[in-house]
Amino acid sequence: MALVSDDVRPAVRVRGAGLAFGPRTLWSGLDLVVEPGEFLAVLGPNGSGKSSFLKALLGMQELSAGTVEIAGGRPGGANRKVGYIPQQRAIDESLTLRGVDLVGLGLDGHRWGPGLFGMAARRRQVAEAVAAVGAARYAKQPVGRLSGGEQQRLRVAQALVGDPEVLLCDEPLLSLDLAHQRAISELIDARRRSAGTAVLFVTHEINPVLPFVDRVLYLVNGQFRIGKPDEVMTTETLSQLYGTRVEVLEVGGQIHIAGAQSALCEQEPHHHEHDVEEQVG
Amino acid sequence: MDLFDFGKTWDLITQLEGVQTALLAAAILGLVAGVMGPLIVMRRMSFAVHGTSELAFTGGAAALLLGIGVEYGALIGAVVAALLLGILGARDADRDSVIGVILSFGLGMGVLFLSFYKGRSGNKFGILTGQIITIDSTNLTLFVVSSVVVLAVLALVYRPLLFASVDRNVAVARGVPVKTLTVVFALLVGVSTALSVKVVGSLLVVALMVTPAAAAARVTASPWKATVLSIVFAEVSAIGGILLSLAPGLPVSAFVTAISFLIYVVCRVLAWQRDRRTRVRSVDPAPDLVAAA
Repeated sequence: MALVSDDVRPAVRVRGAGLAFGPRTLWSGLDLVVEPGEFLAVLGPNGSGKSSFLKALLGMQELSAGTVEIAGGRPGGANRKVGYIPQQRAIDESLTLRGVDLVGLGLDGHRWGPGLFGMAARRRQVAEAVAAVGAARYAKQPVGRLSGGEQQRLRVAQALVGDPEVLLCDEPLLSLDLAHQRAISELIDARRRSAGTAVLFVTHEINPVLPFVDRVLYLVNGQFRIGKPDEVMTTETLSQLYGTRVEVLEVGGQIHIAGAQSALCEQEPHHHEHDVEEQVG
Repeated sequence: MDLFDFGKTWDLITQLEGVQTALLAAAILGLVAGVMGPLIVMRRMSFAVHGTSELAFTGGAAALLLGIGVEYGALIGAVVAALLLGILGARDADRDSVIGVILSFGLGMGVLFLSFYKGRSGNKFGILTGQIITIDSTNLTLFVVSSVVVLAVLALVYRPLLFASVDRNVAVARGVPVKTLTVVFALLVGVSTALSVKVVGSLLVVALMVTPAAAAARVTASPWKATVLSIVFAEVSAIGGILLSLAPGLPVSAFVTAISFLIYVVCRVLAWQRDRRTRVRSVDPAPDLVAAA
């Protein structure tokens, strides 16, 4: 790449990044450039630091080494241009919040003031975002009464309504059934194709997004690999990463990893502890 | 019983300047409590508000003993309490118990202060059950200024505060200063609780700060509509309570709490009926799957 012009600046640029908690190094020496419109899956067992990586991009986690640039700014400073989709979790049924209100908060919830001006334009923008994810039918209902799949659709609209350059997804498919996993992944994929939004997708399970993924960042035990899915998701590479023999099997267009469970008995999906803490904090 | 003696009520309103001042104070308080309420309910701070008001009583009792204005003591007590509860009890797991611990200790101290006080016993009782008729023009000024400050700050932080209250994780990710807003909101709760203590007394603050918003939350899921309804309910309770109390000469707080409770019950019944109707209608299979295809 000899020519780098301003208008194709990378969505995310990570240089020599490392993260350590005390004596424990989650990862180090991480260099990564994510281009606009690219779909990067961040994989790895629990505790490998994939969520911490996302937090570092959001400016909620200081790096021990290196630098991060996101949407042309420092993490935390450029959050207006960054969309965020969290994992689905139960919302109190009686919470006074409708789908459209949730989406609206994604548009201007970070702004000061009561937001009494420009209500008509705001309503139109929210309605467009809701329609784009096919949630118009239930967007006026209390969010706490919607199904997990319906809530995640609204989450996609909430993240996209602000027209982000980068979309950070933290296990958005967790606890959804297969049909909804597919629907949500397709919405996210459609967006990055139509608007060139870069997608960083943290997940413990690659198969629902496998058709869309350009590259994989696989984190295990302080080690990592970056590359196309068929380069990283191989018996050889993952055995090296896990430090033990794991088999990668391709069955019907899906990837199954055998042996990783016994190597690190943490592969099963469960909600991140830090997120639970966030919620109660 | 002359409960609905409108002639007598009208005479009292027009002839007693104190009644007019009280009505004005009640109208302002209805606005403050009505706007604060939905945020308190969303943040699950009802018990924190109750704890705060009990410590406003402690502050008021201490002020009475020291011979300074009760409202200043109540204000200091409420703000200190709200900050303590807001910061110490930030984690759901121990919030309830922290509030209980602080509340009971504060109440005990307040009882002790009152036992040392040798003045008029009406003053003592007033902190617990309200003494709005005693508001005069000097403390009305403090009342109005405090209310305006609360409303102005609330208007400034409203959207990020709503975001942080209903969707904390995403608000944090979007750069909303969630922790600062927790402290700001605790301060607002402290000041508005102290205002309510003056009207309904520290035992019954929840009736104005929480009940109207809880009632509104039963009938609408829109934050804006809930706020408007909550203001209306709080105004009806506060002003209606004073008006109804005039003719029979009974305590204001009894009527305020009775009206707000009645509104709450009516809203629950309405919500129950609506839910029963929609449940009958929505037996069609999950249509979201169809839309996904």
